[in-house]
Amino acid sequence: MAHRWKNTLTENDVTPEGVYMNRRQLMAGVAGLGLVGMTGAAQAQEDALQPSAWEDITGYNNFYEFGTGKEDPARNAHMMTTEPWSVQIDGMVDRPGAYAFEDIMAKMSIEERIYRFRCVEAWSMVIPWNGFELRDLLELAGVQSGGKYVAFETLLRPEEMPGVSSPVLDWPYVEGLRMDEAVHPLTIMATGIYGKDIPNQNGAPLRLVVPWKYGFKSIKSIVRITVTDEQPPTSWNKSNAREYGFYSNVNPNVDHRRWSQATERLIGGGFLSRRQPTLMFNGYEDEVAALYEGMDLVKFN
Amino acid sequence: MSLVDQFNGAARRVPTWALYILCLIPVPWLLYQGQTGGLGREPIKALEHALGEIALQLLIIGLCITPLRQFLGVNLMKFRRTFGMLAFTYVFLHLLVWLFLDVGIVSQIWADIVKRPYITVGMVAFALMLPLAMTSNNWSVRRLGPTWRTLHRLTYVVVVLGGLHFLLLTRGIQLEPILYMGAILGLLVLRRVPKRNRVTA
Repeated sequence: MAHRWKNTLTENDVTPEGVYMNRRQLMAGVAGLGLVGMTGAAQAQEDALQPSAWEDITGYNNFYEFGTGKEDPARNAHMMTTEPWSVQIDGMVDRPGAYAFEDIMAKMSIEERIYRFRCVEAWSMVIPWNGFELRDLLELAGVQSGGKYVAFETLLRPEEMPGVSSPVLDWPYVEGLRMDEAVHPLTIMATGIYGKDIPNQNGAPLRLVVPWKYGFKSIKSIVRITVTDEQPPTSWNKSNAREYGFYSNVNPNVDHRRWSQATERLIGGGFLSRRQPTLMFNGYEDEVAALYEGMDLVKFN
Repeated sequence: MSLVDQFNGAARRVPTWALYILCLIPVPWLLYQGQTGGLGREPIKALEHALGEIALQLLIIGLCITPLRQFLGVNLMKFRRTFGMLAFTYVFLHLLVWLFLDVGIVSQIWADIVKRPYITVGMVAFALMLPLAMTSNNWSVRRLGPTWRTLHRLTYVVVVLGGLHFLLLTRGIQLEPILYMGAILGLLVLRRVPKRNRVTA
């Protein structure tokens, strides 16, 4: 069942890319004149999520398998073969096996979700994803009653991934969610952006999107999904547990150990772009706060 | 005439102002690139990082001058102050970009300086460079006498802090800051090599 959650903006509001661009330039011009202050900009962001430009979304990425530079993924990710593609779904599921990407797509209903995307590095974008709820895919495989967590794994193919020759992280990239986070209606598997197939640098052919968590939780180019009863290891947590917790919910009150998380910069404003306040749970507090009721969000960061 | 002598002769004829102009070309170039999309999607960070990296490179070049003379007989002593002042200029511009384009929020600037080790380290390095920049003139050298040499040994501290600043801000294990730190420590160790192994040219 799809369409469990409604955007503040719906498909009816989707404007052609070119018009977005003009609006953005107009906004930049106004900001440049000093007419829009900090709170004004934040207010504007709340009232209408203005999707970032295609060039920003697809030209400024972290996908360390293709290099650590922000432009490396756009430069190198074309080397990745995404056809054929299948996702191994295993662990505590009734119907384990390799699910071909086409078969998954045939069974899922694709919808648009315009989400804020907040990187742990304190930059952000607004991305009009196309995809389906992860819950629907999990139902396809049939989660068994003891399944408490979902683990994800990214493709590891060194001959197509120049970045994995350096030990930046322990490859393959792995991520995980608690079951209630995984089946939350906001959690999607994205297969497109702006109605187009998702580009390789953004995690083709399918990647996770958990909009209330820092971007690195939204693992890309997924080849394996495992339902388990134990909290699975996650790449950044393994790399530096003091800086990256399992939950990694966007939280302006809990700073990264080395930088503040109170503000963020929306990519696309050029030299004039100012920081804006970061929102609790990246602006999805109403939808997800209940998942963490009674939890110490500093301890479980 | 040996190659080294030819080089030294040529270097003597290069005025220091030419080096200033040459090494400052990246500033307008980076600003132009940032305005026209050449610095990518996040030009503020790109500009900030480029200025910081150039500053670090200039500091490392400055560290090379003494070993170059002592081990190879290449004499660039005349340019040592120039490289130091250029490094200071780039550090200052790097700081300005961080203050006004990157953070821009007074309360957060102070919180960052106090709470973020890499920013604390960077600010300490900048503060230590101030007296060095202010005394990088002939009058100060004469006036301070032997104290000047002692004072300017602070450069070593500044360079190590600069390398540390870079190491502390990267995520995961990345090669670039490790290479910079390696070069810095290597150049400092070179200064500990006994005198008898050195060329007297």
